[in-house]
Amino acid sequence: MPQTLSAYVPATTLEGAKQLIAQGPAASQIAIKQLGTNGGGFFNVNSAHPLENPTQLSNLLQLLYILLIPAAFCFLFGHMVKDKRQGIAIFAAMGILFVVGLAVVYGAEIHGNTLYDTLPIDQAAGNMEGKEVRFGTGLSALWAEATTAASNGSVNSMHDSFTPLAGLALLLNMQVGEVIFGGVGAGFYGMLLFVVLTVFLAGLMVGRTPEYLGKKIEAKEVKLAVLAFLSMPVGILVFGAVAAIVPSALAAVQDPGPHGLSEILYAYSSATGNNGSAFAGFGANLPFHTTLQGIAMLLGRYAFIVPMLAIAGALATKTPAPASAGTFPTHGPLFVVLLTVVVLILGGLTFFPALALGPIAEQVAMLADQTF
Amino acid sequence: MTKHKRKDFSLFDRALAAQAARSAVAKLDPRVLSRNPVMFVTGVVALLTTFIFLRDLVIGAAMTGTVGQIAFWLWVTVLFANFAEAIAEGRGKARADSLRATQAETECRRLTGDPAVHENFELVSSQRLRKDDVVLVEAGDLIPADGEVIEGVASVDESAITGESAPVIRESGGDRSAVTGGTRLVSDWLVIRVTAEPGKSFLDRMIAMVEGAERQKTPNEIALNILLVGMTIIFVLVVVTLEPFALFSGTSIPVAFLVALLVTLIPTTIGGLLSAIGIAGMDRLVKANVIAKSGRAVEAAGDVDTLLLDKTGTITFGNRMADAFMPLPGVSERELIETALLASFPDETPEGKSIVDLAHKMLGREVDALRERVGEFVPFSAQTRLSGADLTDGGEVRKGASDAMLHYAGAKASLDLTRIVESIGKSGGTPLVVARDRRILGVIHLKDIIKPGIRERFAELRRLGIRTVMITGDNPLTAAAIAAEAGVDDFLAEATPEKKLELIRQEQAEGKLVAMCGDGSNDAPALAQADIGVAMNTGTPAAKEAGNLIDLDSDPTKLIEVVLVGKQLLISRGALTTFSIANDVAKYFAILPALFITAYPGLQALNIMDLASPASAILSAVIFNALVIFALIPLALRGVRYSPTTAGELLRRNLLIYGLGGLVVPFAGIKAIDVAVSALGLV
Repeated sequence: MPQTLSAYVPATTLEGAKQLIAQGPAASQIAIKQLGTNGGGFFNVNSAHPLENPTQLSNLLQLLYILLIPAAFCFLFGHMVKDKRQGIAIFAAMGILFVVGLAVVYGAEIHGNTLYDTLPIDQAAGNMEGKEVRFGTGLSALWAEATTAASNGSVNSMHDSFTPLAGLALLLNMQVGEVIFGGVGAGFYGMLLFVVLTVFLAGLMVGRTPEYLGKKIEAKEVKLAVLAFLSMPVGILVFGAVAAIVPSALAAVQDPGPHGLSEILYAYSSATGNNGSAFAGFGANLPFHTTLQGIAMLLGRYAFIVPMLAIAGALATKTPAPASAGTFPTHGPLFVVLLTVVVLILGGLTFFPALALGPIAEQVAMLADQTF
Repeated sequence: MTKHKRKDFSLFDRALAAQAARSAVAKLDPRVLSRNPVMFVTGVVALLTTFIFLRDLVIGAAMTGTVGQIAFWLWVTVLFANFAEAIAEGRGKARADSLRATQAETECRRLTGDPAVHENFELVSSQRLRKDDVVLVEAGDLIPADGEVIEGVASVDESAITGESAPVIRESGGDRSAVTGGTRLVSDWLVIRVTAEPGKSFLDRMIAMVEGAERQKTPNEIALNILLVGMTIIFVLVVVTLEPFALFSGTSIPVAFLVALLVTLIPTTIGGLLSAIGIAGMDRLVKANVIAKSGRAVEAAGDVDTLLLDKTGTITFGNRMADAFMPLPGVSERELIETALLASFPDETPEGKSIVDLAHKMLGREVDALRERVGEFVPFSAQTRLSGADLTDGGEVRKGASDAMLHYAGAKASLDLTRIVESIGKSGGTPLVVARDRRILGVIHLKDIIKPGIRERFAELRRLGIRTVMITGDNPLTAAAIAAEAGVDDFLAEATPEKKLELIRQEQAEGKLVAMCGDGSNDAPALAQADIGVAMNTGTPAAKEAGNLIDLDSDPTKLIEVVLVGKQLLISRGALTTFSIANDVAKYFAILPALFITAYPGLQALNIMDLASPASAILSAVIFNALVIFALIPLALRGVRYSPTTAGELLRRNLLIYGLGGLVVPFAGIKAIDVAVSALGLV
């Protein structure tokens, strides 16, 4: 990777055309963008660019950087509450969601685009549209999963070209609130929102006032958790719905049919989730979208973090009750599974209808060889 | 141990059901409905759908029949929820009516001068009695108001309140001085100082409680309500934004269908049954003869960490009983038993009787023949501190405390005697030394007898994570032995009211919730300090005022049942919420393909239940949603089945039944209804 303050280098290609090779202090910026789950590319095509992500080794390192701090937060939490198992449980739930998402993305991508089946295109390596040959389907799927899960947004392949089902998994990663590792810190407090809701339901079912780490989850905490949760449907569904019917906004949509809706959903999911990646066909550079997505970003960050901080404040003032056999343990495999299911069901129930008209409709159309 | 004497209403008593059906309609009043946000939303959209139906009828739009049926079933959904609440209230009201019958207005004698002079009184209506009035009540009279006995001893029939037919003794002073309005004096007379203003009596409170009139939402119920409102808002957003997304996709979804989607998604099942669960929980408590002063106390009972229980009467029977005969060397067991028997035949004390019982058990009934040899009974006296009998043949048999018996025998304790006496003392028992003609034969081991089954009860509580602490006035040695035998986790020996209070405060400082029961006035501070204080109905007014639950049977083990009722209440709410949310998955698979059939016919792939037609699919989901409320009314009233076990095990089981069940059941239910709907040609 280049790390220089020198000017761009002119070059002559094999065909004899003149080309200006962009360069600059890329290496240091890339380390920052990945480690801080920022995701903004030094070069326009981000980590798909050969100078930004030249080899599989650089790919591996960048992937590691994307997930490193968000994942470490689980263990920091375990350390802070003086019970490592609590952190490991949350890490495990995030890990399961990550692996399930990855399996869907990779499975869909390696299966290829069935519309090309009759064309003389070799899809043995899966759906290679929009992907770099040096990464292939596997590393592209892994990166796409990691970058949407971790609220990073840098890409090494074009998500717009993914098969619909893979696109759905990426969408859902963002729509559940960027809680699968998520942004630095932001992902962890997002997951704690689901922990509060899970503990509340599970706690009732064991016949006690629900408690997490000995702190009672009461009306105030539930109210704040619901408030925080609302920021995702408002930012994605309400803003997305407005964008889907306002004529001046529709110019941004590149493709007809369900994929057009997927582009809108992706744009607003990415903005509300503070992710930053995009279905690149979507021309967001319109006053309408820049304004509305700007608001969505503020909403997704602050309408989420303020109630969560309030929950933390409310819990901090409570006297912890000692755990007993009647206390529902929040570290075992049962809790991990329950937390995972709650994330999927709450996220799924909220976004399934919209996703049905977008990626799901597109997927069934693709399988039926139908185009729009 | 529990007495379920109160009449239990069959789940759908005909008269109750008819009344509840009427009140279900009355509850459609928006002011009443708005107290339940989920049902209020359902009511509003039902009204909206009805308007759409009427409009379609006028303009002759397509699918009018389907829209009409959707509107009908939406109203049914609301009515079922109202019915659930009404039937729960109805059961409470029926119980309250039977209580109210005992509260009839009576004439009573209010003493006008010195309470000691019973001749100066005026006849007044019981309704006009004020606090601190003094009344005279004689045999056959109803006690006109709650009060405290200031003079006299009498037996009182409290069956109207407790269901217990045997009269109880009430007397001035001590811990049996409280009387309850509406109970009847069966003998003697009492002078009573009234302790409650009219309308504020115990019975009034009890009626208000079972009628649900004073029902305030409990903390967990409020929290759950917030979650349900939040989910309702989310699903309103989901459904409202679906129309723009559909328009983008080149189709428009009829409003009636969107409404159907909304109502099936919002948590109507738990929303409709939530208040019924709360009322029914109170009712279960009343059935167990416990009156809660607030619903909050019942819910808090489910959270109890530490249970303080009095030893006497709760863990052990009140009296010590003979457990073993221990002869000295050179004395046969039979000789010792026969001597003990002779010394105990005329002894009417519980200890004496228990010695006879044990002898019967060991030697058989034939030993009763010995009775003829008993001459004169020598009763226990404070001077000699021993008792026994002089025999017809001139012999003497005596039993008593070790030092008194040594004094009687005029002997020094042998090594063997000392060993036996000390070992009994160490094990928490009381040694009773037996002698014949001033010769010491051996020792009877008297011990506290643990109530049968109590050990298992404590083990149950331990599985629930509840720590039991035995409170006793015994010395630490005795207390430790009994604690070990009863299986309690800890004990407080040589307990005084101050020590009890201190123990409660200490537990609370550790963040624990403490429950205790008590009856005496000296228990009042501890009852007030404890998070859950169960006062015995036989207790003093001070104790009853300090506790937040009152046990009419005055059975201290009832606390355990209160804890279980509290837990069951929370479990029922949690389980039905989980069920409600899990149901939504199947409803999506029923309704979404139907909504999108014109936009993307390919989405029929989601119609995994293979429902007959879009209209039938939507209608079936709505019907299922309504019927499931009705089907779960019995569960809401009865409470989710609950047996004490660890939290993890409990959660696993409830998740399996209500979580997984909630996922699967609607698939089958909606499919079945769809088959019926299309067979009947409803759409």
